[in-house]
Amino acid sequence: MDAVATIPPFESFYTEHAAEVLRLLRRRLGRERADDAFQETFLRALRAYDRLRHADHLRAWVLVIAERVAIDTHRRAGEPTGELPELPHVDGRPAYEELAFLTDTLPPTERAAVVLRYGYDLDYEQIAAALDSSPDAARQATSSGVRRLRRRAQ
Amino acid sequence: MTVPTDLDQRFRDAADRAGMLDAAYDVIDSELGPLLAAVTDRGLARITYDPDPEQELERLARVAGTRVLRVPRALDETRRELEDYLAGRRKIFDLELDLRGQAPFAVAVLDELARVPYGQTATYGDLASRAGNPRAARAVGMVMNRNPIPIVLPCHRIVGASGSLVGYGGGLERKEHLLRLEGAIL
Repeated sequence: MDAVATIPPFESFYTEHAAEVLRLLRRRLGRERADDAFQETFLRALRAYDRLRHADHLRAWVLVIAERVAIDTHRRAGEPTGELPELPHVDGRPAYEELAFLTDTLPPTERAAVVLRYGYDLDYEQIAAALDSSPDAARQATSSGVRRLRRRAQ
Repeated sequence: MTVPTDLDQRFRDAADRAGMLDAAYDVIDSELGPLLAAVTDRGLARITYDPDPEQELERLARVAGTRVLRVPRALDETRRELEDYLAGRRKIFDLELDLRGQAPFAVAVLDELARVPYGQTATYGDLASRAGNPRAARAVGMVMNRNPIPIVLPCHRIVGASGSLVGYGGGLERKEHLLRLEGAIL
């Protein structure tokens, strides 16, 4: 058997995470707007899916895409972007919420990048896929987020 | 909580329309039992009897790419032609085929297989000769047994030298059913 989990067919990934993604989006956006955001989330995931290198953290990956879509939806409506979602632990790694107290004052992209990098141990390629940007931009967002946190800590 | 059917359907259709899928599949009910069928942007890539979806999806992911999704609408044309054929209303399929992942010998044999007309049979040896290797009857048998697109690629029309049905990947009963449908046997 392969030591590294191979990337499952998108159908399996979708059916496994669809209900949880919809729950998150309904909590963040309400029932009505959650439907469009649901479709947008899985279309973004589909667009990035063939760039994935391994199947680790797929749950965290899609939940962050959903969170990103929720932020965009709030932004388009001119609303505050709201609270971070409450996510239970994944694979014993620090959960999103454990970094929230540190990062919730960062701009949304930096916050997402820092949490994905240090909360979920994703590489820059995965972060780029989750945020619909490039690995370089993901690296930059992560390090400027960290610099901002350091400045605040001093 | 499960995802409401209309929302689920809307996403599947949108994914297909966006042209981002490597393969779309559905399970089609037929008098031969459920058939799993899959299409890619190149054409029909798979029909399988007694589908074990999980195994089939992994196979598709390996051959076509990981972006495999169940999209019933993407199989409309395949479904219609299969239904017409099984009802005796259609003799020739008008579907593009995707034979990626097949070895060159298998492709040569399947090309010849596609030319065996409705209602007629040929032997494994005939097919081997037509594919350019008269002594490869046994290898032809293997290709038939692993035919990725049965029914449309009519491996049911291939019989033993003595006229016996020999075997069929989907079971002899189905082979008999199809040959009877076509009037090739009584």
